[in-house]
Amino acid sequence: MTPDDSFNSGVARPTADQFDFNELIFEDRVHQRIYTEEAVFREEMRKIFAGVWVYLAHESQIPENDDFVASKLGLRPIIVVRDSTGRIRALYNRCTHRGATVCRQQQGSAKSFACPYHGWSYFNSGKISGVPWPDGYADDFSDPKYNLAQVPRVQSYRGFIFGTLNPDMPPLEEYLGGVKKPLDEWLDRHPGGTLSFCDANRLKFNGNWKLLYDNSADGYHVIFSHRSLLAMENRLVEGNDEDKGMAYYKSSPDNAPFYVKVFENGHHYKDKRPAVDTSPGGLWNIEGPHPGMEHYEALIREKLGDKAGSVLDLASSEPVNINVFPNLHILGNHVQVSQPISLTETDTTWWGTAVIDEKDELHGCVDAVNALRMRTQESFPNFGELDDLMNFEQIQAGLAGVEDEWVYMHRGFGIPDRIKRDTDGYLIGPPTDEVFLRETMQVYKNLMMSEPNLIIERDIEAAAE
Amino acid sequence: MQHDPSRTSYYVGDDFYQSVVDSYSEWQSDDMEITDPALRDSCRMLLEKEARLLDQNRLDDWLTLYVPECLYWVPATPHGGDPRTEIAVCFDDRRRIEDRIYRLQNEFAWSQHPVSRTARLISNVSAFSTSDENVLMLRSTFLTTEFQAGDKRTYTGWYGHKIGSEEGEWKILVKQVNLIDCDQNLRNLSIIL
Ligand code: FES
Ligand SMILES: [Fe+2]
Repeated sequence: MTPDDSFNSGVARPTADQFDFNELIFEDRVHQRIYTEEAVFREEMRKIFAGVWVYLAHESQIPENDDFVASKLGLRPIIVVRDSTGRIRALYNRCTHRGATVCRQQQGSAKSFACPYHGWSYFNSGKISGVPWPDGYADDFSDPKYNLAQVPRVQSYRGFIFGTLNPDMPPLEEYLGGVKKPLDEWLDRHPGGTLSFCDANRLKFNGNWKLLYDNSADGYHVIFSHRSLLAMENRLVEGNDEDKGMAYYKSSPDNAPFYVKVFENGHHYKDKRPAVDTSPGGLWNIEGPHPGMEHYEALIREKLGDKAGSVLDLASSEPVNINVFPNLHILGNHVQVSQPISLTETDTTWWGTAVIDEKDELHGCVDAVNALRMRTQESFPNFGELDDLMNFEQIQAGLAGVEDEWVYMHRGFGIPDRIKRDTDGYLIGPPTDEVFLRETMQVYKNLMMSEPNLIIERDIEAAAE
Repeated sequence: MQHDPSRTSYYVGDDFYQSVVDSYSEWQSDDMEITDPALRDSCRMLLEKEARLLDQNRLDDWLTLYVPECLYWVPATPHGGDPRTEIAVCFDDRRRIEDRIYRLQNEFAWSQHPVSRTARLISNVSAFSTSDENVLMLRSTFLTTEFQAGDKRTYTGWYGHKIGSEEGEWKILVKQVNLIDCDQNLRNLSIIL
C-alpha cells in the first residue's frame, strides 16, 4: 500500500517516485501528468519550491529594522523579517511547541512574536525568548532546538529576497546567472537604480502553477489570447497615431527584430525593445490610454520641454519579460509573483512599482510620473491577464481528458538555424518560438529526477548567510 | 478649450485626486445623515436602477447614470488608500470605463466567454449630506452573485457613491467599491461591480 491509499478510499494514486520523468518529458513534448498528478505537485514543493532559490519578498516591503512581511516558500508559511540587528531572515511561521503559526498578520513591525496558543515567544531573530511558567519544564530552553526554524540560506539581489533550503545551491548571483543583466537594465532605467512596491493587483486561477511559467515568455499567444486587449487599446487610434501596446506582434512577429533568450536554470527573457522606438519618448508614444494621461503629459512637457520624453517613458511599460524560475516575473513595470496554492490553484500577484527620486533626477516630476504609472500598471492585470488566466484554467480543464497524453511545445524545434547562440553563449530564437519552454522543461526534469539536500536551521548565527 | 473625456483624460489631475481623497475621508458622520424618507428613497432608486442595468448587461445605459467626468474605483486596500501612490484593483476614468465596456462587449474577451450572469442585492442605504448642497454621499451594502462557466461566486462589501443633482436628476460622480476581500487574490474579476 502506498501512503496515498489511506486518503483515497482504496483508489491507488501513484507517488512521484513511481514516475519516470524520462517518460514524461521529451525534447518536444511533455506528458499531461506533470500538470494533473498530486504526487508530482507534492514533489515540486520540495524539489523546486525549496530545492532552488525561490523569490520570497522585496526589501522595500521591510524597509526598517523589525519590519516583517508574510510570505511562502512553496506551501510553507514564512515570515520574512529584517531583525533588530538589520539581518534579513526567513523564519518558519510555525511555533516550535505544537506548531501553530506565531504571526497572523500580513505585514507589520515587531521585535518579537508571541504564539497565541500557549504563549511561547520568540525574538525576531527566531531565538526563543521565553515560555509561560518555565518551572513546569525540566528543560531551560537554552538549546537552539527550541528556536523557530528558519530558511538556512536567504540572499538578496538588488532588493529581491530569495531563500532556499538547499545547502548545495550555488550562491544566488550564480543561480541567477545571465538573467541578472536584463534585471540590472530594468532597474537601472530608474533614478537610483531602485524602486519601491506600491500595492498590487492580486489575481488567482484554477490551474497548475507551471501553466503560468509556461506562458511567461510565450510570444505565440499574444494576438490570440489578448485579442480583446489589443482591440481595446487601439480603438481610439487614428490617422498617423502610433499603434498602441503590443501591436508589434500583429503581422509577422518572427520577422520582427525582437527575440526570446534562454538562460541557465530555467530563467528566460523576452526582449521586445528592438521592436519599438526606444529614443526618448518612444515608449510613451505606444502607451495605451490611461487615466490622467493627457493632463500629466501636458504638465511634464510644459515643465521639462525637450527632456519630457525620457521622463514620460518612466510612466510607460518597459517592453520586456524577465522570468526567474520558478516564481518571479518582471514585465512592464510589474513585479509579478506566482504562488502555488494546490495542484490546481495558483495565486499571481502583480506588484506595482513606484519611482523613487531622491536626487531629483526627474526635475520635480516624480509625483506626476508615479500618478501616471499607477494607472498604466492597472491596465494589463485588468484587461490582459484575465484572458490568459482563463486560458490556463481551460488547459487544466482540457487535460482531464487523460488518455490524450501529450502537451506539445515544439514550435521552432528541428528547423535548422532558427535557434541561434548569441555572442554571450545563450540561445536566442524568434519571439513566438517555444524554445524557452523546451529548455525550462529540461531543467525541471533534472530537478525532479534528483534528490536535493533540504535542511532547516535553528542556530541564529548560522542562519540566513 | 473643452475636452471630451471619452477621448482624452485631462480631468484626472492633482485637483481631481485631491477632491476624491477628500470626499472619501470622514464622510459617514451621524450628524450628516439624511433622514428625509423621500430624499433617501430617491437615492435608493438610483442605486437599484444601477444594479438592474448591470444585471441586465445594459452597460451603455448604465454609463448614462454617470456624469461625463466620472470615476469607478475599486481600492485594493480596506481603507481606500491613496490612488496617487498606490495601485487599485481599478481606478477607471470615463475613457477607461468605456474601454472596459468595449472589451466586455468584444467577443474575444475570453474571461467573459460565456458572459457572466449576475444578481445584485443592495441594502442598508444611508445618505449623507456634504458641504455642497448639490452633492450627497451614499453608503450601501452589496452582495453580487456571479455565475460564469460553471462557477458561482459572490462579491460583497459596501459601495460609496458620490452623487450630484443635475437638472433635478441624480447622476453618479464617483462609485467606490469596497470589497471585504479587496486585498486578497481574486479569481476572474472581469465584471463591473
Ligand atoms: S503551539 Fe505555540 S505555544 Fe503552544
Ligand atoms: Fe499573455
